[in-house]
Amino acid sequence: MPGLSLLGLLLIPAFLGSYPVFVLTSVLIFAIFAMSLDILIGYLGYTSFGHAAFFGVGAYAAVIGALRLGQSFWSSTLLALAAVVLVAVVFGAIALRTAGLPFIMITLALAQALWGLAHRWASVTGGDNGLAAAMRPEVPFVGHLESSHAYYYFVLAVFVAVVAALSLLVRSPFGLSWRGIRDSEIRMQMVGYHTWLHKYVAYITSAFFGGLAGILNASLTGFVSPDTLTIGNSATAILMVILGGPGTLVGAALGAGVIVVMRDIVSSVTERWTLVLGFTYVVTVMFIPGGLMGLFGRLMMRIDSAAPLRAGRPSAR
Amino acid sequence: MIHSQQEKGIMTPGYRLLTLLSAMLAAGCNSSPAPPQGSAGGATSSARPFTVGFLGALTGNFASSGKDTLDGFTLYLEQIDHTAGGRTIAVIVEDTAGAPNTALAKARKLVEQDEVDILVGPTLANEGSALRDYVDRANAPTLFPSVSSDDITQRARTPWIIRPGWTSSQPAHAFGRWLYDQGKRRAATIAFDYAFGWESVGGFQQTFEEAGGKVIQKIWTPQTTSDFAPYFPQIRKDVDAVVVAQSGGNAIRFLQQWQEFGLKGTYPLYGLAATTDEAVLKSMGDEAVGVVTVLHWSAALRTPAAREFVQSFKEQFNNAPGYRAEGGYVTAQIIADALERTDGDPGVGKALIDALRDVTISGAPRGPISFDEYGGVIENVYIRRVDRIDGELQNTVIATLPDVSQFWTYDPETFLSNPVYSRDHPGCANCQ
Repeated sequence: MPGLSLLGLLLIPAFLGSYPVFVLTSVLIFAIFAMSLDILIGYLGYTSFGHAAFFGVGAYAAVIGALRLGQSFWSSTLLALAAVVLVAVVFGAIALRTAGLPFIMITLALAQALWGLAHRWASVTGGDNGLAAAMRPEVPFVGHLESSHAYYYFVLAVFVAVVAALSLLVRSPFGLSWRGIRDSEIRMQMVGYHTWLHKYVAYITSAFFGGLAGILNASLTGFVSPDTLTIGNSATAILMVILGGPGTLVGAALGAGVIVVMRDIVSSVTERWTLVLGFTYVVTVMFIPGGLMGLFGRLMMRIDSAAPLRAGRPSAR
Repeated sequence: MIHSQQEKGIMTPGYRLLTLLSAMLAAGCNSSPAPPQGSAGGATSSARPFTVGFLGALTGNFASSGKDTLDGFTLYLEQIDHTAGGRTIAVIVEDTAGAPNTALAKARKLVEQDEVDILVGPTLANEGSALRDYVDRANAPTLFPSVSSDDITQRARTPWIIRPGWTSSQPAHAFGRWLYDQGKRRAATIAFDYAFGWESVGGFQQTFEEAGGKVIQKIWTPQTTSDFAPYFPQIRKDVDAVVVAQSGGNAIRFLQQWQEFGLKGTYPLYGLAATTDEAVLKSMGDEAVGVVTVLHWSAALRTPAAREFVQSFKEQFNNAPGYRAEGGYVTAQIIADALERTDGDPGVGKALIDALRDVTISGAPRGPISFDEYGGVIENVYIRRVDRIDGELQNTVIATLPDVSQFWTYDPETFLSNPVYSRDHPGCANCQ
């Protein structure tokens, strides 16, 4: 199944024009963003309402690095990732003193503080007008990734690496401890885990990949504005995770796909696209609590149990 | 594969659904753009409709602003039956949801997939800044009907953008000089704390102080402010004019609180930017009466062109058109004029944008307009006073400042060597 999806992601764009490929690149970037949030929501059981903070810091730091400090894509990316980690180290230390509703409120407040900063510190951030900088990566032997297709394949490579890294991480003993904390933090403490530290690392990891998505998006659009730091952006990420199914990684990526396609493509067809989106959420939350992945899983189970009967051979497991 | 290009006028959602489905089917086998209609191999560009890609915030918080522009734009096209210079004008409308990312994605769709001749939009300043680099790189002719951030036609100008709307500091420059001429010498400003407010206040301060007036206090209110009570007591007692720049719901609340706090009779109040624009004036009451504001448009203008536009807009949409609606209308007029003067074939790309820059319209609703070489519009600026006439509030024009350029009376190059107006520029030398 993953092989087939990857083959699709590799081949399909070759048949598409530059605009659909641009949208597909957005899908992959927001998939990284949503998956990074899934670490917190799905695996750790902490719902952050301020994930846009890292997306925005990554985007701003990268653009400022390229524009004001004249750095290349690669060094501004390193700079931006460092900035994201720094912010996460501070924010995590504050936010993880709480859990549940207070955690939601504090993450929201911290992100809003950054939004206010981006909005008002105009000499650095460009204020409401934002900042524009051409900052596509320069790749050895390939050159400058200006075209939509070239940049798509670059983002696809990053996406595959992120999926691999996160999948390994959540399956590792360290990643499993997050699920332990989600299910019962007190038991984890009883068996001797320093749970706060595990949560802190999860928070910073999540921020790191969220920031990476912000950097890729700034490079895609060549632009950053306070819009990247809004509640709306944080909420979109949460909805992507819930729609796809929390705690599945792939689900978050699917959710991102659905939402970006709604926003960019369905909205060309009908002005009522937000209604379609809202309806999709309501149906998901009420009837398919496991999200798209939950639905998918049940479907696969049915196929699996039906397959031996039809094909007359045991299912390949 | 032949699709969207032949549809005359604004496409209905149903039609666009079909278009999308067919486009999706087509995308699998053929990613090349649709060929123009016409069987003859030598079909010229005038054989197919002149296609406009309209970008606006049609959903989200700023939906009413985006719709106003679209309504004005559509109204003019309907009046000329979607034809100018013998050529049909087709429009593909795209919703930006008020988000720069989406605005950029939609601009790419219109340029790269639909291959429109020209872009019209967007609604918000940050969408405008996001589009600026893209249209510059893609060489896509673009008209800005309402985004007014100064640098789009100044320090960040590109030959590919022409702005039929306005520049934030443009009416403010004229207003600073006018207020000085009314005998005012000491002013306080109270404006929203982002580019639109800074540019409005900066333009006003520049000409007011140059004439000899003094801005002795500048108060900035965050964009999210809904309660102005904390700011009112700060206003100094020794001013002879208070100049406010707010818009939308903030403008409504500001004027209500101004009256509730009993300040209405105490200080003479003047407004910059869109403080009493018709789009918000309809939600205001007696608290607005008597406030004097400045803008390049008023729905109470008595010229035949303005009266005809206002009347047909009111008939169709039941309220008076504000500057965004008028901006959409004038943008459509400009496109039609370029088509008329070239018998329907204004060319594409560079030729098209040059043809548009040459457009002068004497009968626009707001009065005569033309463009400078930077893509900025030269237009009348009106000083308006809110009056209640026949039970309705209107912006009565009390003075007209003709043919105002975005550079006021300054030499463009000298003007552009200064930084753009911001919270810190010009500084407040007379504040204590």
